[in-house]
Amino acid sequence: MTSTYVATEPQDVDRKPAHTSDRSRAENRLGLKLVAPAVVMMLLVTAYPMLRALYLSLFQYRVTAPDDRAFVGLSNYVTVLTDQLWWRDIWNTVIIMVVTVAIELVIGFAFAMVMHRIIFARGVIRTAILIPYGIITVVSAFAWQFAFSLNNGFVNGWLGWLPGIDADFNWFGSHWPAMFAIMVSEIWKTTPFMSLLLLAGLSQVSEDMLEAAKVDGATWWQRLFKVILPNMRAAIMVAVLFRALDAFRIFDNIFVMTRGAQDTESASFLTYRQVIENLELGIGSALSVLLFLCVLLIAFLLVRLFKVDLAAARGEG
Amino acid sequence: MDDAISKACGSIPRRCARRTTAEQGGFVLYDLSVAAISLAGVSKTFGDGTLAVADLDLDIADGELLVVVGPSGCGKSTVLRIVAGLESPTEGEVTIGGRVVTDASPGDRDLAIVFQDYALYPHLSAYQNLAFALKSRRMGRKAIDKRVREVAALLSIEPLLHRKPRALSGGERQRVAMGRAIVRSPSAFLMDEPLSNLDAKLRVQLRSEIRRLHRELGETFLFVTHDQTEALTIGDRVAVLRRGRLQQLDDPQSLYDSPANLFVAGFIGTPPMNLLLATVEADGTQRIARAGPWRFAVPAGVLIGRVVVGIRPEHLGAPEFVTGFGEAATAEVLVAEAETLGGVSLLHFAVDAQPVSVRDDDGLDAPFTLGSPPATVIAAVDARTQALPESRLTLAVDKSRVRFFDADTGEALRLNGAPSERPPA
Repeated sequence: MTSTYVATEPQDVDRKPAHTSDRSRAENRLGLKLVAPAVVMMLLVTAYPMLRALYLSLFQYRVTAPDDRAFVGLSNYVTVLTDQLWWRDIWNTVIIMVVTVAIELVIGFAFAMVMHRIIFARGVIRTAILIPYGIITVVSAFAWQFAFSLNNGFVNGWLGWLPGIDADFNWFGSHWPAMFAIMVSEIWKTTPFMSLLLLAGLSQVSEDMLEAAKVDGATWWQRLFKVILPNMRAAIMVAVLFRALDAFRIFDNIFVMTRGAQDTESASFLTYRQVIENLELGIGSALSVLLFLCVLLIAFLLVRLFKVDLAAARGEG
Repeated sequence: MDDAISKACGSIPRRCARRTTAEQGGFVLYDLSVAAISLAGVSKTFGDGTLAVADLDLDIADGELLVVVGPSGCGKSTVLRIVAGLESPTEGEVTIGGRVVTDASPGDRDLAIVFQDYALYPHLSAYQNLAFALKSRRMGRKAIDKRVREVAALLSIEPLLHRKPRALSGGERQRVAMGRAIVRSPSAFLMDEPLSNLDAKLRVQLRSEIRRLHRELGETFLFVTHDQTEALTIGDRVAVLRRGRLQQLDDPQSLYDSPANLFVAGFIGTPPMNLLLATVEADGTQRIARAGPWRFAVPAGVLIGRVVVGIRPEHLGAPEFVTGFGEAATAEVLVAEAETLGGVSLLHFAVDAQPVSVRDDDGLDAPFTLGSPPATVIAAVDARTQALPESRLTLAVDKSRVRFFDADTGEALRLNGAPSERPPA
């Protein structure tokens, strides 16, 4: 997820009707020719592996026993969907996705406001906010693992005043504390990305309009909720979409911090385990396909929502 | 009517302004002792050291339409923003309706602003835009609806109420923006170049619309513009600002007839006043200023030396077509260029004198820039005048309306009551 797409600049209301003159047909042909190489590349690097996974998911296939490969139809899917493990991991993944994206949205928006409004030391502060995003996820996961660790972490020292937390508190010793640590590292790492996307939206909210609202007597909260947020809805939806899809595929943090212990496994970690550790290509492929379908479903739901909002932002709703 | 005004004004200690409907007597008296908005010693220096407003004193009377005009960067928008509370002054005091509001937040000042780019809420319909401020004030839904429809009727925008700003034309957006201001019944309206984004025709139309609204609402308006024509046509009084300093505050006619200094003389009026450097000589008991082909008697008290002479283009004309000229002097000129505007023609001709102009970078120590002769003079003459380029023509100049300015300070010379026909402000 490297491309950054922010759509807010609205288009003219009265668009010209499409006409199909010879000239525009020639332009269409030229357009197709120009995108063709990119389409071919995309098909090679994404469509082929996807179709291959779909194909493999219909077989019982262990890499150590290639001769036992057998077509089993949809039974891999049945196996997965009837297993408690799958549902538990999906549940974990959804929890992580919802909680982290919600918190990132709030903190990211605050950061975006700071980056937008700051007058002094603007460059330094903007850079400081963005640093976590520049750190490799595995590295940040290790850093947070140390921070939460039993013996040399600072978290226990700092939070010692909270009831139930002392120097001997083992964050990775039970489910919720471990989930908490994983989510903290995820939030720390990706909030800057969220705030960057939100900053782009925020900078498109006209200053005059905010002043008009001030003069209209709107309080700070009214300006935020009635003027700023509705006018950057499109940017918010893009940010949420990107981050939700990212968070749903969470893997690195869990791999580094708990390796799935204390029931903290995510859906993509389960897939990893089946394919890489158990060498079960058939089940693993079925899991990847299901994961893909889940991502598709989330994207579909958010984009449906997103389209409605985009129309509203354009003044057509 | 002018007589009636001056009679009425005589009874008011400070100033009064004019322009209402005939039924209302044709003029209103503005008593400045009850100023609606008052700036006292207001200065504003921005963080980067720019002095935007310098020691400004400005009183806007209750119900008056005051225009602040000046070239871009003169601080006029800053003045408006200080009144609105969107900027706080570095020094000085802002009073609205007798209450000191220097540190009050914009929402507490009971003002409404109309912005140049309208600043409508794009996600809300025209109706909701109008209702926004009322909702912020927790007005009831029925009361809001009544008020919004009332204002929409006043501005004839009822059919547009359900539309979003994007589906409105520039003029319609401007009306909605005015509606948003009016709907709250604020104690004063602030307008920051509200007509600048409109095309010329619409601008003229909305000018009179704003005058009409001002008459009907009877509220205080502070109107900021860079367009001197707009300032003259709209304002009861006009404040001319240059580099944050007030140059002159007067009603439009006085501003035009008796500019206080060379900057105002050059800024107000199109084409601008012809400004020439003249030499002052003694001629018997009189002092005479000699500029190009003309000799003018200067007001008593002007020292021998130099003086700047200002002649409005329409105070020059072919003798056979001029009317209402006082004592006239004639001179033969060689027409260099003739532009026909229909009713009048603009004749350009050269005279043997140094042209005077006020440039952006002229400061206080050098109030104007002197060009080298010859100076090009523009005359706005009756269109029937036969004047082709390269032809010779005799032009009369209305001596009584020639203005004189000090050649050192650039200030208008109004010694012994002359030459201003109106009593000084």
